[in-house]
Parts: sequence; C-alpha cells; structure tokens
Amino acid sequence: METTTIKIEELRRSQPRFRGLTSGHRACLGCGEALAARLVTEAAGPDVAVANATGCLEIFTTPWPESAWRIPWIHSLFENTGAVAAGMEAALKMQGKSTKVLAFGGDGGTFDIGFQALSGMLERGHNVLYVCFDNEAYMNTGIQRSSSTPHAAMTTTSPPGKQRMGKRHLKKDIVSIVAAHHIPYAATSSMAYPSDIRKKVRRAMAIDGPTFLQIHCPCPLGWGHDGSESVEIGRLAVQTGLFPLIELERGGLVGVMPIRNPLPVTDYLKLQQRFKHLFVDDVRAKQELEHIQAIADHNIEVYDLTEHGATYYDTDGMNLVKRGGLRRS
Amino acid sequence: MLQALEGSQAIAQTVALCRPQVVSAYPITPQTHIVENISKLVADGLFKCEFVSVESEFSAASVALGAAMAGSRAYTASASQGILLMAEVLYNIAGMRVPLVMTCANRAVSAPLSIWNDQQDSMAVRDAGWIQLYCADNQEAIDTTIQAYRIAEKCEIPVMVCVDGFILTHTLETVDIPTQEEVDAFLPKYSFSRTLDPRNPISIGTLVSPDFFTEARYSHHQALMKAQTEIIAADEDWAAISGRRSGGLLSIIGNPDAKIAILALGSVLGTLETALEETPPAEPVKLIKLRSFRPFPIQALKEVCNGLETLIVLEKAISPGSGSILGMEVMAALSGLENPPKIYNFAAGLGGRDIPLEVLSQLLEAIQKIPSGEFHILDVNIEKLPLEDR
Repeated sequence: METTTIKIEELRRSQPRFRGLTSGHRACLGCGEALAARLVTEAAGPDVAVANATGCLEIFTTPWPESAWRIPWIHSLFENTGAVAAGMEAALKMQGKSTKVLAFGGDGGTFDIGFQALSGMLERGHNVLYVCFDNEAYMNTGIQRSSSTPHAAMTTTSPPGKQRMGKRHLKKDIVSIVAAHHIPYAATSSMAYPSDIRKKVRRAMAIDGPTFLQIHCPCPLGWGHDGSESVEIGRLAVQTGLFPLIELERGGLVGVMPIRNPLPVTDYLKLQQRFKHLFVDDVRAKQELEHIQAIADHNIEVYDLTEHGATYYDTDGMNLVKRGGLRRS
Repeated sequence: MLQALEGSQAIAQTVALCRPQVVSAYPITPQTHIVENISKLVADGLFKCEFVSVESEFSAASVALGAAMAGSRAYTASASQGILLMAEVLYNIAGMRVPLVMTCANRAVSAPLSIWNDQQDSMAVRDAGWIQLYCADNQEAIDTTIQAYRIAEKCEIPVMVCVDGFILTHTLETVDIPTQEEVDAFLPKYSFSRTLDPRNPISIGTLVSPDFFTEARYSHHQALMKAQTEIIAADEDWAAISGRRSGGLLSIIGNPDAKIAILALGSVLGTLETALEETPPAEPVKLIKLRSFRPFPIQALKEVCNGLETLIVLEKAISPGSGSILGMEVMAALSGLENPPKIYNFAAGLGGRDIPLEVLSQLLEAIQKIPSGEFHILDVNIEKLPLEDR
C-alpha cells in the first residue's frame, strides 16, 4: 500500500486546528463520543500515538480497510489499553522521542474491565494521557449496565420491572479513584463544553506523567434522546450537578466549573428514555427521583459548585462561549 | 565463554545481549529467576532497557505489544497460569503479527495447583498463532532465544521459546554465553514495517468484516508455514557464528536407520539420550527431537519417519477427554505416508512427576502389550485414587 509521509510541522502550519479524527466515520447522529474524540485530538495535535480500547469509538472509526484517524492509532483489546499505552510510552522514551501517548477507552473499558491495567499505568507513572469517554453503559454491545451507569437508569441488563427501578447501584466515582493514585492531574469534562475539553487536554498534554480525563458523552441510542439534543443534555448533566466538572492535582481539588443556577435533576432526566420509568405515578419512582436529586445536591455541596458568583467560566458563561473559546486577557 | 550458570541466569544474560529496549514481566514460578536476573542487570547498569514491572501477566504481554508497535524490540516471560491469563493478548499479538519474543518456563496448569513442570501451558496456546520452539537444554535456550528474535522480526510472527520449568530454568549447567559482538553480528537492529509513527500515521487492529477475516487467517497460516525456512536458516547462520546447532525444525539423535523412534519435546530428550547410552536396547532406537511445534514441520517429520516401523510419542501434556495432543498431530502428519509406522502415544512427567532413565525400558515394554494408536499415561499409581475413580 502507498503511504505518504506527513511532516508534523507542515501539518501544524497548514491546519491551525489539526484534526486527528476526521469526518466520514460511522458514528450515530449526535454521538457524544465522536464529538469528544474529535475535540480531544484537535487539542492534542499531531505529535501523538493513540491506544484505543475496544468499543464504539474503535468500531465506528476503523471498519477495515477504512480509517477516520490521521494519527497513529492502535486497538489491541478491551481491557489492556492502559498497558498497551504504557508499553508505547516506554518504547518512545527509550527512543528519545517526545511523541505523547494517548489512551482512549469507554466507561466499560475504563471503570470495569480495563481498570486494573489503568491502575497499573497510573501507579508506574507513565507519561500517558488517558481519556475515558463516559457514556454510562456498554453501548457497543447494545446498552448493558456498567459500573458507570447512573443509579436508576434503565439499560438492557438493568431494566425496570415489578421488582426493580433500573440500576440498583451508584455510579462509580472513577475520577476520585484515579486521583487517589496521586497522579499529577485528573479531571472531568463534558462534550457539551468544547473549550473546557480543549483547556484540560492542553493542560494534561503539558504534564510529563500520567494524567486522566473523564469526558461525559451523551449517547442518543443508549440514553434514548434525539441526536440533536446531545449537547443540551450534556449541559444539563453539568447544570444539575449530576456530572460535576472538576480538576484534581496530586489527589487534591484545584478547580471546578461553578454552576450559576443549579437546575432540578428532573430537567435532565425527563429528556431521556432511560429514566422514563421514573416519571410515572409510583411511590418508588418518586423515591428514586429524590434519591437522584440528593446525589446532585451532594455533588454541589462537596465540590462547592454554587459559591463562586457569576463568572464567564461557570456553566452559564460557558454556554455562551464561541467556537475556539474565549481568551483570558 | 564457558560458565556454570543457572538456566534462568543464562536466559537473562542472553536476553540482554539481544538488546530489547523494553522488558515487561510479572512474577510467576518458575519464570521468576529470569526476570529477577534481568532486573539486576538493569539495576547494575549492565543492560540498558526500560523494565516495566506490571500488575499482571495480561499487562506484561500488553506492554510488550505496545512497545514493539511503537518501534522497540521487546521481551516478556511467563509460565502456567500467567500464560493462560495472557492468552487473549497472545492471540492478539500474533494476529497483528507483532515480532515479539517471550520465554515460557513450562509449568503445569491448575487445578490441582502445581508449580512443577509439564507443558500444558504452552500447549494450551498452541493455536494462538505464535511460533513455538522447545529447548532440550540450557545451551539451546540461549541459542534459541537469540535466533527467536531474528525469526520473529524477519517473519513478523511472535516466537515463544519454551524451556522446561525447574528442569532447565533452575538447573546449573555449563553453558557458553556468546559475546555481544557475536550476537550483534547475527541480529540486526530492530525494524518493523508497521510501527506507530506520527509522521506516517497508520491504524492498526481495526475491525475486520467477514469479507476480509478469512484472508487474514489464511495469510497468518501461510506465514507460519513459510517460517519453517527461516527457522532452519537462523539455526544455520547462528551455527556459523557459534559453532552450535539447536536442531532446526527437528533433529535425530542416535542411529538414523533405527526402525523404532521416540519423539518428544524439550528436556526429556536429554533423559532419553542418556538412557539410550547407558542401557542400549536390543533393537536400535532413535530419538526425534521436535524443536518446532509451531509451525508443525509436517514435511520434515514425514521424511524422518519414512521407513520407520514403530513411533512412540512421549509428551508432557494431555487433552482430557481425548488424550494425546502432540501424538494426534504426529498421527495426522504421518497419515499420508505409504507405510506409516505404528504410533503409540504416552503422556508422562505431568505436574513435575520425575521421568527417570527407566522410562526408555518402560516405553519399549509397554508397546508390546497395547495396540498402536492408543493413548496412555505413564506411571499412574491407581492405588492413590478413591475406588470410584479407578
């Protein structure tokens, strides 16, 4: 096969916004993960190598003989992405190269099956940015619950019924677990806030050590909403306090995206089919809604999300940020 | 230089001579001494590499995979449960045709738990698509490790060097460790056609539909069959430097015209060879030392078995519910011969059970009493079993 060699400097010059993931892939309309992955690769630039876990992102970007990636990219298995990335990093280090290694995984590949390899990679201090595209279930296999699936959400393996109100357990607090490895930088972000993703990716890219970014990615198919509503739903997850955007350095909280006007969780939940069973006349449904509101209230309290006054980088301010982002003076 | 070294120490020093840039391993008996010795060489500054102490064998294989794909020669080693834990990665490495080398310090597989030697572990991953070379002694382990890198990188197929746990890994033998110059003269710098490079970005490990999967498997199979040529060439070329042969695909020990042969893998051949020397049987017996189990050298085996009357296959693994693993493959390979020998299949040495010199006479006596084609386990003491299991 003919291949052409692209100079990194040349790429940077010709494309101020380098796009590592191009259009033409096979993601669903309104896929939050596809948008987030594009934003991450734009911010990371061309001098990277990616290890990608099994999942939607891997499948929809690389149906042989096609590929939507313009950066070196490898998919090995579901549960070894942290280790493959670690091996790539060790090799590049020995070769004296500065190419940054990125690891991409979904919530299944990160919270569940790939958790051990991720922990090992963090503990050993590899210079890798691990990005978890969190769409809160095993979407690639047809919407089964993961340890990231939020409480009470319906999936094909946590269906509501006479005995159940969706998932019985809580969403795993992965960013805290990751931060407990005392790595230099761990953060959460959302595909609904592109400039926040860019800022956090650039920050992580500049750090020589393990960094972690969890990006909340609405999934129209799995969550049961229209593709055109993905960004709106992503924003509501943040504005309700259900998905707090935070930054942790060496395990300590160093930044949050404040919420200007917290919204009730029902604003977020009612738009999604996966919570449909909570909006019926049933005392258990009412209890679950209260439970979910309590989770949001707890997040707002522990991360101090409402005590910042109105700033341009809070949830409302960021909603107005134009493509490319505001520049601080 | 001739030195008295433990097998693991010799393998570790040899790995260092091959200059991998990344070594990744997780401890498991009886592989531990290999990686401990490598760690010490690294700590003493005698071996410049990135030693990644991972949290599982699954990650050990995955780190080596990532390193090789990113453009560095890499190494890992494991055994038994570790081989099974990394089984998924082993298939993946081979399917992506990553030129890795690993040592399998052969050990039994649990349950029941046994830390001792047999070859159930490497047999369990025989279909993963790796080349598997079995070593009869520690000198062969040294020479085969060096050859393995050249074979892997020329054929773009990973190579598993199988050495019997404890029997080889923990035994002191006089061995010749080659010089760095000799190894450098034999082993070119690492190069791989599909590395991850931002200046030439490619996508590896993509989703393949039924339109292409069959062809991928076909080409992998063909590549393994063709690798037989390179396995022989690597042994010859290394012999030109070292003066030693490790036996190519397979080799014959004893009288080549003997009408009775015993075929085996690994260190048991040393026992059989000594037995033949000390107690020569009435009728001449030759040994077929099978070194390459994958690729399985069908043609070479047919040639050495042509005219043979009796073939005894002795192996250190079992397929419960079927019996022989190696024996079945031998029978299949020889079924095309005009006058195939009578084949008798035996398993012995399971879970570290000693195979004494008497094994030779035991085998020769046993085949007088049983029909050919059958499978038997040697040295079973039925008294140890509860009545209902006898």
